[in-house]
Order: sequence, then C-alpha cells, then structure tokens
Amino acid sequence: MTGPAIATERLNVSFADNHVVKDLSLSVQPGESFGIVGESGSGKSTVLRVLAGLNRDWSGEVAILGKSQPRQRDKAFHRAVQMVFQDPYGSLHPKKTVDDALAEPLTIHGIGDAEARIGRAMADVGLPPSFRFRYPHQLSGGQRQRVAIARALVLEPSILLLDEPTSALDVSIQAEVLNLLTSLRRQRNLTYILVSHDLAVVAHMCERLLVMQFGRGVEEMTAQTLAARNPQTDYARQLLVASEGFKRAG
Amino acid sequence: MMHPTPPLSSAMTEQPLLELDNLRVNFHTPTGIVRAVRGLSFTLGRERLGIVGESGSGKSMTGRAILDLIPPPGEVLADRMVYRGQDLLTMDRRSRRKLRGRHISMVMQDPKFSLNPVQTVGSQIAEAYRVHHKASAREAKERSLGMLEAVQIREPARVYDLYPHEVSGGMGQRVMIAMMLIAEPDILIADEPTSALDVTVQLQVLKILDDLVTSRGMGLIFISHDLHLVQSFCDRVIVMYGGKAMETLPAAELADESARARRHPYTLGLLGCLPDLDHPKAKLATLERDPAWLA
Amino acid sequence: MTTWTEYLTTDSPQSRRQARLGQLYRQWLAFRRNRLAVIGLGIVVALLLVAAFAPLIAPFDPLAQNLDRRLMPPSAVNWFGTDSLGRDIFSRIVHGARVTLVIVIMVVIMVGPVGLLIGATSGYLGGWVDRALMRVTDIFLAFPRLVLALAFVAALGPGLENAVIAIAITAWPPYARVARAETLIIRQQDYIAAVRLQGASQWRIVWKHVVPLCLPSLIVRTTLDMAGIILTAAGLGFLGLGAQPPIPEWGAMISAGREQIFDQWWVATFPGVAICIVALGFNLLGDGLRDVMDAR
Repeated sequence: MTGPAIATERLNVSFADNHVVKDLSLSVQPGESFGIVGESGSGKSTVLRVLAGLNRDWSGEVAILGKSQPRQRDKAFHRAVQMVFQDPYGSLHPKKTVDDALAEPLTIHGIGDAEARIGRAMADVGLPPSFRFRYPHQLSGGQRQRVAIARALVLEPSILLLDEPTSALDVSIQAEVLNLLTSLRRQRNLTYILVSHDLAVVAHMCERLLVMQFGRGVEEMTAQTLAARNPQTDYARQLLVASEGFKRAG
Repeated sequence: MMHPTPPLSSAMTEQPLLELDNLRVNFHTPTGIVRAVRGLSFTLGRERLGIVGESGSGKSMTGRAILDLIPPPGEVLADRMVYRGQDLLTMDRRSRRKLRGRHISMVMQDPKFSLNPVQTVGSQIAEAYRVHHKASAREAKERSLGMLEAVQIREPARVYDLYPHEVSGGMGQRVMIAMMLIAEPDILIADEPTSALDVTVQLQVLKILDDLVTSRGMGLIFISHDLHLVQSFCDRVIVMYGGKAMETLPAAELADESARARRHPYTLGLLGCLPDLDHPKAKLATLERDPAWLA
Repeated sequence: MTTWTEYLTTDSPQSRRQARLGQLYRQWLAFRRNRLAVIGLGIVVALLLVAAFAPLIAPFDPLAQNLDRRLMPPSAVNWFGTDSLGRDIFSRIVHGARVTLVIVIMVVIMVGPVGLLIGATSGYLGGWVDRALMRVTDIFLAFPRLVLALAFVAALGPGLENAVIAIAITAWPPYARVARAETLIIRQQDYIAAVRLQGASQWRIVWKHVVPLCLPSLIVRTTLDMAGIILTAAGLGFLGLGAQPPIPEWGAMISAGREQIFDQWWVATFPGVAICIVALGFNLLGDGLRDVMDAR
C-alpha cells in the first residue's frame, strides 16, 4: 500500500452560520492509530462524521485509501470504513436483536455465508453465542458496545472510526473494551481514528494525536510527547494539566 | 475511624455534621427486593468526603437517601441518621423538607434538567433565598448577585437576566451551585457535579466548591465515578461496590504506592484498569469481582 | 405449561422466532395487568365473534319484513323489539357488526400504510419533499372531518364503499403527522447513522429501520381512532349518505328510528348502545396498547 489511509486537506465544515471545522489537514498511515482530542465544541466529532460520510456540509478534500471521496459515498467505501459510536444505548436499534444488527450489513452488501460470519464476529468481540437473539434492552452497556464493534467488523473494514467509544462506560468496562479494540487492531491490521476527551485513553490507544480547539487543529504530537508532558502550545499544555486532576493553590 | 485522620482534623473533633449508621435503601419490585444500599455507615465533618463507585454501586442512592429523595417503591432504613444532633429518622416529613435546601443541599449532574426553563436564572436563585429567609425582593436580588459573583461569574448583572438555555454547561452548573448555596447549607451533596463539563471548566467548578468548604466550613459529600478526580479533590474517600462500602481511606493514600498492601482489592482493581499517562502498558488490567466482597 | 413459560421468558433465545415470541409474551404480560385494556380487548374480540357467527346468533333474517309486527317493544321473541318495517332489531344489530367491521378494516387497510409511508418519507428525507407533503396534509387537516367526508361522498355518490373511501381520504393526515414526528426523532439516532454507514439505501432505511419504530404509536393511534371512524360512518349512515337501506348499518338504523324516538325508544336506542360499546372497547384497547408498546 502506498500513501495514507486517511487524508484531509483544508477541510471546512459549516452549519448555517456556524463554522465548526476550519482548514483542517491531517493524514493517517495504514495500520496507524490516530487520536483527536478536544473539549466540547472543538469540532472533533464533526471531523469523524465527515470522514464517515454522515455529514454533507463540508468543503475541501477528503481521501480514503488514496481515493478522493465525493459527498455521496459508494459501496466500496462502506466496506472499507466503519464507525463505533459513543452512546451504546443509542447506537443499537431497540427493536432488533443482535442477530438482526449483524445480519443487516451482510444483506445490504449481498454477502452470503451470514451464519458463519455472524458467529465469528460475535466470537471475535467476546460475546457468547447465547446472546445472539437478545434485544438491546437485555444487554448491559459494555455488551452493547461489543455488539456495536461486532457490527462494524462484520464487513471486515480496514478503517475504524471510534467516537468516544468508552466515555459512557464504567472504568472497568472501559478497560475491557479498550483491550478488545487493541487486540482487534493487532489481529486485523486496522487503522483507527479515535476521538476522545480523555488524554490518558488517547495516549494509551494511539501513536499520534491531534489537539483541536474551536474547530482548528492546535497541535499534532506523538503519544511520547504527551507522556513526556512536552507539548509546544499553551492550549495543549493547559489540557494536559487539567487532566491531571484538581490542584489546590499554594 | 480505621485510618489516621486527614487534614482538617480539628473540625472532626467537634460534633459531626452528619452521622449515618447502617443505611439501607431497598426497592420492592414485582420480581423481588432490589437492595441498592446495604448497610453503609459514615460520619461527615467539615470536610470533603468522596464517594466513588461504578454504576449500580449505590453511591447516588446514598446521597438521595440522606435528602429523603428516594421515590416509591423505594424505602430508606437506618439504625441511625443524625444531622447535628437532630434525628432524621423520627423527624416528620415537613421538618425534613424544611431541612432540605436550607441546611442540606444537592447539586446534580446536569444543570439543564435542574433549572426551570421559563424563568431567568437570577429569579430562581432569588426565589431559593426567599423560600428559606424572610427578605424583600430587593434584598434577595442583591444576595443573588453576590452569590453569582461568589461562584465566579464575571458579569453577574447580565447573567441574572438570562434563561437557562442561554447559559453554557459550565455556567449553568455554577448557577446551580449558587442556587444551592444561597441558603448557606451546612452540607452540600454533589452528585457527579462536573461529569457533564469539559476538563478545564470542571476545575473551575471544583475550585469554587473547594473555597466554600474552606471558607464556610461546609461539609461536602462528593459523589463521583472518577477515581483520579476524587483522589485529587477530597480529604477522605469511601469506595462503594454493590451497595456496600469496600473501604474508607484518606484520599492521599489512593495514589500512595507504599500503601498498596493495605488497599482493598476492589480499589486496586479500579485503579489498575485506568489507562495512565506515566505508566503505559500494552494491556489494561481487568477487574475481577469477588462475590465474597458482598457477603 | 412451565416449559412454554420457560421457552418464552429465557434470556438466551435460540432462534429469531423464539426471540420475537418472547418479546410478544413480555408485552402480553404487561398488557394483562391493565384490567380496563383487557375489557376493551374482550369487547373487540366479542365484536369479531358476533360478526363471524352472525347468521348463527341472529334469530331472524335481518332483512325480513313483517308488517304485522311493526314497532313491537322488546319481548321474549324480539329481544330488542322491531322497527317500523317489523324487522327484528337484535338480528339487525348482530348483522350490523359485520358492516361495522368491514368499514373498520377497509379504513385501516387504506389509511395505515398511506399515512405511515407519507409521514416517514417526509420526516426522513426532509427538504422540499417534506414541505410539499406536509402542506397537503395541512389542507386536509384544515377541514372538520365529517364535513370533508360529506363533500367526498357528495362527489362520489352515496353508498357504503364510497363512505369508506371518503373516511379513508379524510383520516390519513393525522397518521402522517404522527409518523413524521416520530421519524424526525428517530433519524437523529446513532443506529440510523450506523445503517447509513453500512451503505443502506434511503428506501431501505425508511422501510426497515424507521417504519418498525413508528408502527407501535400508529397502531395505538389507529385503535384510538377506530371509535371516531365508526362514529363518522354512523354519522354518514344517519345522514343517508353511507350504507343504503336495507343494509343493517348502525348509524342508518338510528336515523330510521329518529321519527319514533319518543314513542318507540328501542328503535334508535339499541343501535346507539352498540356503537357506544364498540367505540369504548376500541378506546380501552388503544389505551392499553399505548402503555405496552410505547414503553420501549
């Protein structure tokens, strides 16, 4: 493979008179895990939705696997790029069983062999076969997020977009889900973009990260730079200090 | 107390603000009794007491039980529940309600749901004051403006006339705190007061709470799922799991590596499964729960 | 029996069918707890049975005139008395259940899918499609239903089929509104974003993912509306624009009895009571369904 898996050039996003992403350029290599960090209103989730093709109000250049992307994506794109959402309670259809959720992408893309693929996807994310015909209300938050990950993986994409995948979960469940994502990436050589407000999670999951504020990329750095407390910009430093917890003056 | 008393210990020697012995919260459902809190005991002085736990640990129910805010079919039982010498268990509903807001207040997670959307934030604060104090409208307004200033809102006069949807999350939470504190309560129960806020705003809100505890000698019960935050902010911490206190310890000891041997395995488990900037690991530890902890 | 209960209540169903049945069983358990709803269901089931076995239940031919026995009060022979042509009112009411059922079923078949599809499409696509479709529904909603139905019947000519068509044409806009409002909420959800990301066509998203979620509130709405539909049909019948004589339609029967209402009260009263009970039954059932189905 040559060139980046994901690249944007001067990406701009506006809703009505609200300019939420400004001139953002980034590039992620195949197999890399890239983090986007920022506070609410920084535009980090919007970037992800543009990459996923869920947002159409953008201008600039978006290239996935070397192919420039139009606003309306094609089937090949959907097989290559999938996404995991933040809220495990909102990302599963309340009237559909785990089986329905995993079978749907296979039906859409006309892929046979659904039985075996669904079984494999469930095993890969650590869901026992007995869960196959459960409805979302019969699952815990962590189990729902596993279903969401399985649904994303059923089409065997090479890129996974992760929008705060663990911020709605308890820390012990977060650890399980993060471990799962780490091992899946290693097994399948996936490319990740992980959006999070949690610096420790991003540093744990990603090799490189971008700090965003008010729609702009403020600073791009490696996870080592972050761990060494060595960011160059004031805002990134400020974010780092704030994430360390409360400090009493004096 | 099993552990050496933390700073602010001088305050602990006087009469405690709140004493709780064997608190239980039960919900009677068609499928049986759900025991949300099962036998929790603690005393609160003029300090910052953290209660940490995962969802379903009973931490929020504890806060609500103290304020008598458990909805039916829930019931609150305790061997002892005493606020500054007054027995809360034998107190009638009306006196209990009077206590609420005036002497014991609560700040919830999301200010958007706790403020009346069709009333300006200022008038809501002023009203909260006049419920508990005999005061003229003008005096109440002055008080409210002062309170807004105390929670570090820069233009109190402008913010006073705003409606809840016109203020940001961080400002909304400060308004809530102002509203809860204007009656000058002795105890503030803060249930995840900063979880909906950005980190930088979160610290500003904590700073305000911290100042209030220090300057007014208020007792703060800080309920949170965030171990790091509780460790850096509180004096003492109760770690809850399955409705029970696993252990109570000085917050400083959470970070203290040398005290590891004394820690409850659940506390260690919670600490271990957090990703840590300074100690990167390929795989995060997962939490093994022991049924014996709930025995 | 226990094995059936176990099969339905298990946490780990083994097949799609078992999962669906289990879901239905849980809803039935919730429904059963609402006594009024069960009464409503009883009334509706009774209506179905009466309609199905009308010839067996009715002691007389509903159309057979017997001018010797005109306007007889209720007795052991004619339980509800006879009308001005000497026809047995009880038999006419029993057969009238069939007419009522036909009206109800026809309207539901015509109205439900149309309202659902227009509403869901309008809500999901938005933009000019939404504006155009919603203005059309606004026009229909701007007239009182009975007046509009009257206008349509006047244009189409009186008769049962035309009455049904007129009612259907005037009944769909509220359904479209409900479906649209639900869709506007549903389309913001992450699970819809997830199917979009899988490359599903818009048609598939509306039909397979949005519509199933709008369905419960529409079923509830239809059931609650049933009373209104029956009353509108009766109203048209009363005005002579619905079912034509000698069809035993309840509204037309009341109309025929209005001349004798002071002297022979039973002629108009019993069909009125029938309408009342059936309308009430549908209302109670609808309320019960709402409690069960809307609680997701």
